[in-house]
Parts: sequence; structure tokens; C-alpha cells
Amino acid sequence: MSAGPASGCDAPPVGVDGILRERGQREVFCGLTGIIWLHRKIQDAFFLVVGSRTCAHLLQSAAGVMVFAEPRFGTAIIEEKDLAGLADANEELDRVVTRLLARRPDIKMLFLVGSCPSEVIKLDLSRAASRLNTRFSPNVRVLNYSGSGIETTFTQGENACLAALVPDLAFTDDRQLMVVGSLPDIVEDQLTRLLADLGIGKIVSLPARLAGQMPAVGPNTKYLLAQPFLAETATALDKRGAIHLPALFPFGAEGTTAWLHAAAQAFGVPEARFEQVIAAPRERARKGLALYRERLNGKRIFFMPDSQLEVPLARFLAGELGMELCEVGTPYLHKGHLIDELAALPPGTLISEGQDVDKQLDRVRAARPDLTVCGLGLANPLEKEGLSTKWAIELVFSPIHGYDQAGDLAELFARPLHRRDVLRV
Amino acid sequence: MQLTVWTYEGPPHVGAMRVATGMRDLHYVLHAPQGDTYADLLFTMIERRDHRPPVTYTTFQARDLGKDTAELFKTAARDAYDRYRPQAMIVGSSCTAELIQDDPHGLSLTMGLDCPVIPLELPSYSRKENWGASETFYQIVRGLADKERKAPPAVGENGPRRPRANLLGPTALGFRHRDDVAEISRLLRDLGIDVNLVAPMTASPADIARIGEADFNICLYPEIAAQACSWLERTFRQKTVKTVPIGVNATREFIAEVCAAAGIPVPDAIDQGRMGWWSRSIDSTYLTGKRVFIFGDGTHAVAAARVASEELGFKVVGLGCYNREFAREVRAAAEKYGVEPLITDDYLAVEDAIEAAAPELVLGTQMERHIAKRLRLPCAVISAPVHVQDFPARHSPQMGFEGANVLFDTWVHPLVMGLEEHLLTMFRDDFEFSDAAGPSHLGHASAAHAPAAHAPVAAEAAPVAEAAAPASVPAEPGGWTDEALAELGKIPFFVRGKARRNTERYAAEHGVTTITRDTLYEAKSHYAR
Repeated sequence: MSAGPASGCDAPPVGVDGILRERGQREVFCGLTGIIWLHRKIQDAFFLVVGSRTCAHLLQSAAGVMVFAEPRFGTAIIEEKDLAGLADANEELDRVVTRLLARRPDIKMLFLVGSCPSEVIKLDLSRAASRLNTRFSPNVRVLNYSGSGIETTFTQGENACLAALVPDLAFTDDRQLMVVGSLPDIVEDQLTRLLADLGIGKIVSLPARLAGQMPAVGPNTKYLLAQPFLAETATALDKRGAIHLPALFPFGAEGTTAWLHAAAQAFGVPEARFEQVIAAPRERARKGLALYRERLNGKRIFFMPDSQLEVPLARFLAGELGMELCEVGTPYLHKGHLIDELAALPPGTLISEGQDVDKQLDRVRAARPDLTVCGLGLANPLEKEGLSTKWAIELVFSPIHGYDQAGDLAELFARPLHRRDVLRV
Repeated sequence: MQLTVWTYEGPPHVGAMRVATGMRDLHYVLHAPQGDTYADLLFTMIERRDHRPPVTYTTFQARDLGKDTAELFKTAARDAYDRYRPQAMIVGSSCTAELIQDDPHGLSLTMGLDCPVIPLELPSYSRKENWGASETFYQIVRGLADKERKAPPAVGENGPRRPRANLLGPTALGFRHRDDVAEISRLLRDLGIDVNLVAPMTASPADIARIGEADFNICLYPEIAAQACSWLERTFRQKTVKTVPIGVNATREFIAEVCAAAGIPVPDAIDQGRMGWWSRSIDSTYLTGKRVFIFGDGTHAVAAARVASEELGFKVVGLGCYNREFAREVRAAAEKYGVEPLITDDYLAVEDAIEAAAPELVLGTQMERHIAKRLRLPCAVISAPVHVQDFPARHSPQMGFEGANVLFDTWVHPLVMGLEEHLLTMFRDDFEFSDAAGPSHLGHASAAHAPAAHAPVAAEAAPVAEAAAPASVPAEPGGWTDEALAELGKIPFFVRGKARRNTERYAAEHGVTTITRDTLYEAKSHYAR
């Protein structure tokens, strides 16, 4: 055991690799929550959670203001009689799916999403999916993944969803670049434009916006991860022969540059061309960041674990805006995908994986950071204690990737501090 | 399996959380997987509570299953006790933990915790939130009430004492519970009655111990307190005041019932607020016969129907509730108003019923608010489930005479005002002042559909098409001549749906195959109210 003090904040003892691992109550969403953005990203897909009333209630509550344009998700709520026998549960599931697809003929892809109760009763959704596929093919493709809280944390739901798509992708031998991870459409378009300007011929995105337009994959596919939480998806792509391009994640001017550069190198783009293409947008990003550097420089930030975006965002805030990192909590640390990110953090940064929320809150209170990034359940109680907070979920729901969002991303962190300064109440 | 998109009620353990979070010095240890902590945000975000709910989640994962989930529970319970030192704990399972059958109660008994531990059996696959709240409160009262502590004699050494009541039912996350409690407490004080305790909200386990010291109980929210009240009646011989004081008339009856239970005379002069006069004043004439659709929890829906009918002169055209436990009360009320009761927790069924009833005002929950928005109908919220905007900063009760004032304001406000309604009918083609703009006092934001450039009929059809799944899109307006359709478009939006329906019904009943302008007016005279 060694002590790893960081930025003057009180730090507990950590493991030999410098990482604090905790086990206890977790104040994070389960993987079902990803449905809230995934169902908008893939415009003809429907997400059917096979779960309990709690699952339905979670989706409703996490969506905050309810998405009342008829959402493309729903819950098949398991009832007492479904617990009596799995044969009946399967029959019930088929009935629900048949009714759903009859009501929504526009749906081309259906995800059966496993939950804690469906996993515990061992309702086999992959068999259900193949059974339903034979019935509804070719009109509807039925896939399955688990978003259960016993298996997945928050953004791991997207990871599981995209991983489920990969075995289904067509084969291609084309030399192409695949951008992996669901991004807001506008950001996806920006990044694709930049990559095209570099002269990379064929650029595809996973997921595509329509079920019928999912990209093909093969040994001449190289892929960039746009999100840091896509471990299983990457493994699935590797199995299809695709090649991962390791890079910093595209947050801030530096992260975006490194991310684009990894693609440029892999596709043999000359350095001069690279500089020429990125010079203007990188300058815009730097200008955008300069607006907030004064406000954020030297301010101390504490990340509670939430979306797995914590490490790349901490790297961005420390490296490009001069913030000090009290603790960078993450629900799960994928050391392989984050190797460059971890190396780019200030030495001695305390990283914690997992959570024991009461103990972690003790550390927040002891450190009294200027800003705490945390979940919706913790924000108001911390505000009441005089600690400014930032909702972590906003970082998942806002366009924050790429050059032209760098300033917006900084502003998300600056706003709570600014508000604190202006309020006289 | 039940296919659902939006639910009116959460699972029963969320009901238990509402009770625990309302109370003080009580801690809830919930055997639950990661993710169930989402429920904290209901309290800290929607209700803006400044403390975390007093709930510890054991947070088991797949790798723990079949190994040491029971040990996890014990560790969590021990840590929670050591950290929070509650006066009492409640323990139970969420839906997933129910399946793994770890028996939190048995486990907690073996731990020798230095406080009472109350086990909760909340079947997640057959019960819902209100039931969970009711069962939890009942178990807490049963487990903690000290049977030796009873109401002192009515006449003591210093002469007769003031009567005492318990105010039962308010919880965290309840619709206006905070303000109702303040309002009813004030009313009781004015009547010369002391409040022995309010529970679950604000009560500690030590307070619950002395629940028997009241002379009688007031069951403010039967969904939550009826079961506990009936146990208290049997155990302590405390009467239960059952009238829910929503509306002027119900509040009067409530006062009479309270006074009878307290053994005091009903005071002659009580300030009954402004609602009665506001409703009788000439300005309110236009409210007469407004068609209102009401949906919510059973108690609030039945109370709203009475206020709408007796105190505002509205016509109730639909009445329902989502909690089956109160179906009987809703059926009885529906019969009184001559409507078909709607007992369902399927919001699509509610939407269909609202569309079919073509009301001019919807009184409902946050779900009906969204439905009404889509159907371009005015709406006010009368019941949980509610959202952040239903927790106003200001005092805004539903109960008592001040509550009746609030009902008048909030139900009448969304409507098009009296004379404006006439002008809209008279001058259909004014581009700034058409019904497409919505009630003028609500500003442009209230116009729930596209600008007036659309033909009125097309504009009417659009939201319906957006709203409904393809299967439920109404048939093309077959049988209408262009001329008749144009005339229909001149009818204000808030009665246009009804006019269309009546005309089509008239045509069907009278064998008219083509609906002309004349058919429209024949139907109008046929159905004149």
C-alpha cells in the first residue's frame, strides 16, 4: 500500500497500482438508462426491456422530463404469473412483441433488453430473439443485450447494445474507417467531415441512424472509439478482424487532435495535410476554451463515478483548463482503452474505481472541492452543504466531443461556478 | 407480462421510500442491485429535497449471486446502523432481491442491532407504489406504537383538556402534502384541536410510539393511511375522520366530522375563503357546463369530480383512477355523474378515453398533462404522479378553504376566458386572434400547434396523427363535403372535436351518407344542451 496524495486533497490509501478500489453502495444508474439516448439515435429501432415495474420507473425517472413523443422504448413488465413457469413467460413475451410490432410497423430493429429480474430468473433472451427472428424476418431484425444492474453500469448499456450489433454486421473487405459510439448527429457529421477532409476515403459510423444502414466490417476496417466505455464492442469488432486505433478521446482541442491524428497516421495522411485540415478548427477550439480558462484555472474538481467519461474529462480539464483533480472516480476502469488518458493525467492523481458512496461523500466533504461532478441523487444534498455540483448525466446528454464543442464542454463546468458568483440569495 | 411505456406508479419499495423519506430518524436498508439507487433522484430532484433519502442499498452484482448476497446485506445493514444511528430501521427487498430470497428480516434479527427492525414484505410483481407506502406505514405503526400510551382522560386535574388528533397519510413526494398539512393543521388549531402528531411526514419512530395518545385520527390520504387507521381504530379505539377536505363542501363536512370526533360543537362562523363567491360571481357564468375529464388517484379524482360538478358547475364527462384499490369509490362516483368509470393504469387507454370524451378541460396527473398537450386541451394537475413543476415554491394546498381557492385558480386559469370565448366564435378569421393562438392570457407558448397558416381542420388533425400509433389513427373524414368541413373549421377548437363527433353520430343514426353544412346544423340543434 502506498499513499497517493493529490492536489492537496486528503486521500485514502490506494492499491499498489495507485488506484483506489471500493465496494459498497453505488449511486449510479444501471445499463438500461442508455436506452434514453440510443432509442433516438437509431431511428427505426425499438428497445423492449424485459423487466419489472422498477425498470419502467427508472426509464421514466431518468428521462427526467418525459419524452412524450411516443418513445421507441417500453417495458414488458414481468408479473407474478410469469414467474410461475418460464414456458409461459416466453409465450407472454412473444405475445407482447407481436402486439408491439403490429402497432409499430415502422420498427425495423427490435432490441430485447435484459434486466436484473430477467437475468435472475434466467429468461434466455438470445433464444427468444432467434425464435422471434424466424417469425418476423425479414421485416424486423430482433437482437438482445443485457442492461441489467447486476451486469452493467450506466454507459455499459450502450456498450452491450453496440456489441450485440457487431456479429450482425455484413462483411466487407473495403479499406475504411469506422467511428464507434453513438454521438449526437451534429457531432458525428462534424467529425466525419474532418476525417473526410483528411482524405480518408470511406468513413462509417456504428451505430448508423437506421437499422438497414448499419456499416459492414472486415479485416481492412480500422476503428476509432468515440467513447471510453466500449470495451465489449471493441472486442467484438476485433473478432471481426477490425483493427483498433488507440488514441486520446476527442474531448478538447488536444484530445480531438490526437484522436484525428491516430486516424491520419493509420491511413497514411501526410503531416502537412493533417496540419492544414485541423489548423482552423483547432484554433476555434482553443479560442473557445480561452473564454473559460480564467474561471476554471486552479479550481478543484471531484468526480463521483458515473459515465466512465471521468478519466478523459479529467485529463481535458487538468491539461487544457488548469483545473486541479481531487479525485477521479469511475465505475469501471478499462486500463487498455484508457492507457493514453491515464498517462496524460497529472502525476499522483487519485483515481478510484467502484464506489462506497458514504465513504466517498466523506472524502468530498473533507476535500471541499470547488466543483463536484455527481449523479442526480447527490447533487442537491451537496449543494445544500455549500458544495457546487455538476450533473454528470448532462455530460452524456450534451454534444461535447470535437473541436467545435470544446468551448461548450468547458462552459458546462464553468456554469455552476459562475452561477454561484452571480447569485445573491 | 404487461407492455408499458409510462407508469402511474412505481414499484412498492418506492412507496416504502416515500414513507421513510418523509419520516425522521428512520433508516431503510433495501436489498437491491446497482441501479435501483435511481429512486433517490425522485426525492432530491423532483421534490428538491436537500438531503439524501435515508436508504442504504446493498448493491449486489451478478458475481455475488449464489455466493454471499446475504453477507452483503448484513454488512450494509451494520454499516448503515453504525453511520446513521437511527431510532428504528425498516428492511426489505426490491424486485430483484425478492427473487433471490435472502430473507432480510431473518438476517437482521441475527445481527442484534440496537434498535427495532421492522421487516417489509412488498411483493414487487403484483403490487405497486401506493400499496407499498400503505403497507410500510401500517407495519411501522403496528411495530412501534406503544400500546400502553393512550389518550389521557378528557377532564384532568386542571379541567377539560383540548382534544387531540393525529394527521395521517402525508409522505415525501406526495402531491401538495406539505401544504395540505400546513393548511389542515391551521384549521384544527382554529377549531381548538391539538395535533398529536403528523405521520409519516415529519414523525420519528419515537413519535410513532405515542400515536395512541390522540383522541382520534384524520385519514388525509386514504391511499396511504387507511390501513393504519383501521388498525388504530381496533387497537386504541380511535375514531377515524374519513372525509377528505378537498373543496368547500367537503371541507365543511370535514369540520363537522372532526368536531363530532372531538366532541366539540361546530363553530358558527368560519371563514370559508373566496372560492364560493368567485364561482357564483357573474364572471364565472361561462364555466357552466364546461366538459371536464378527470383522472388521478382514486381519492383525488373523486374529490375533483365533486368540486367540478358542485362548486364550479362543470359537467363531468369522464372519471377514472389508476389505483385499483380505490376502484369501488370511483365506480360509485362515476355512477353519480352518469359516466363510465375508467379503472386502468394503461395511459394509452386513458388517452383514448380522453379523445373520445372530447372534454374542454382535463384534470389529471402529469401523464394527462402530456396527453392534453398533444390533444390541445387545457389541463390542470390534481394528483400524483407529479413532476418538478408540481412542487411550487409558494404555499399551494389542495385541502381546506385555502385549498379550494387554489383549485378555483388553477382549474379556471387554463381555460379561454368568458368574453374571449365569444369573440373567438364571432371572428374566426382574425389572423392574430384565432383559436390557433390559444387563450390569449397564456401567451404564445400555450399555442400547442402550428401557426394559423394551416387550414383549421388540417391543424386539428395533425396532433392526433403525431400522437397516436398508426393503428389508432382515426378514419379519413369520409362523408364530409368540403363546404361542411370548412364550416366545421369555423367552430372554436375547444368544441370542434365534439361538434365533429356529434355530427358524425347524428349522420350515422339518421342514415345521412354525405355530411353537408346543413347536417352540421341539424346535428347541432339535435344535441343542443
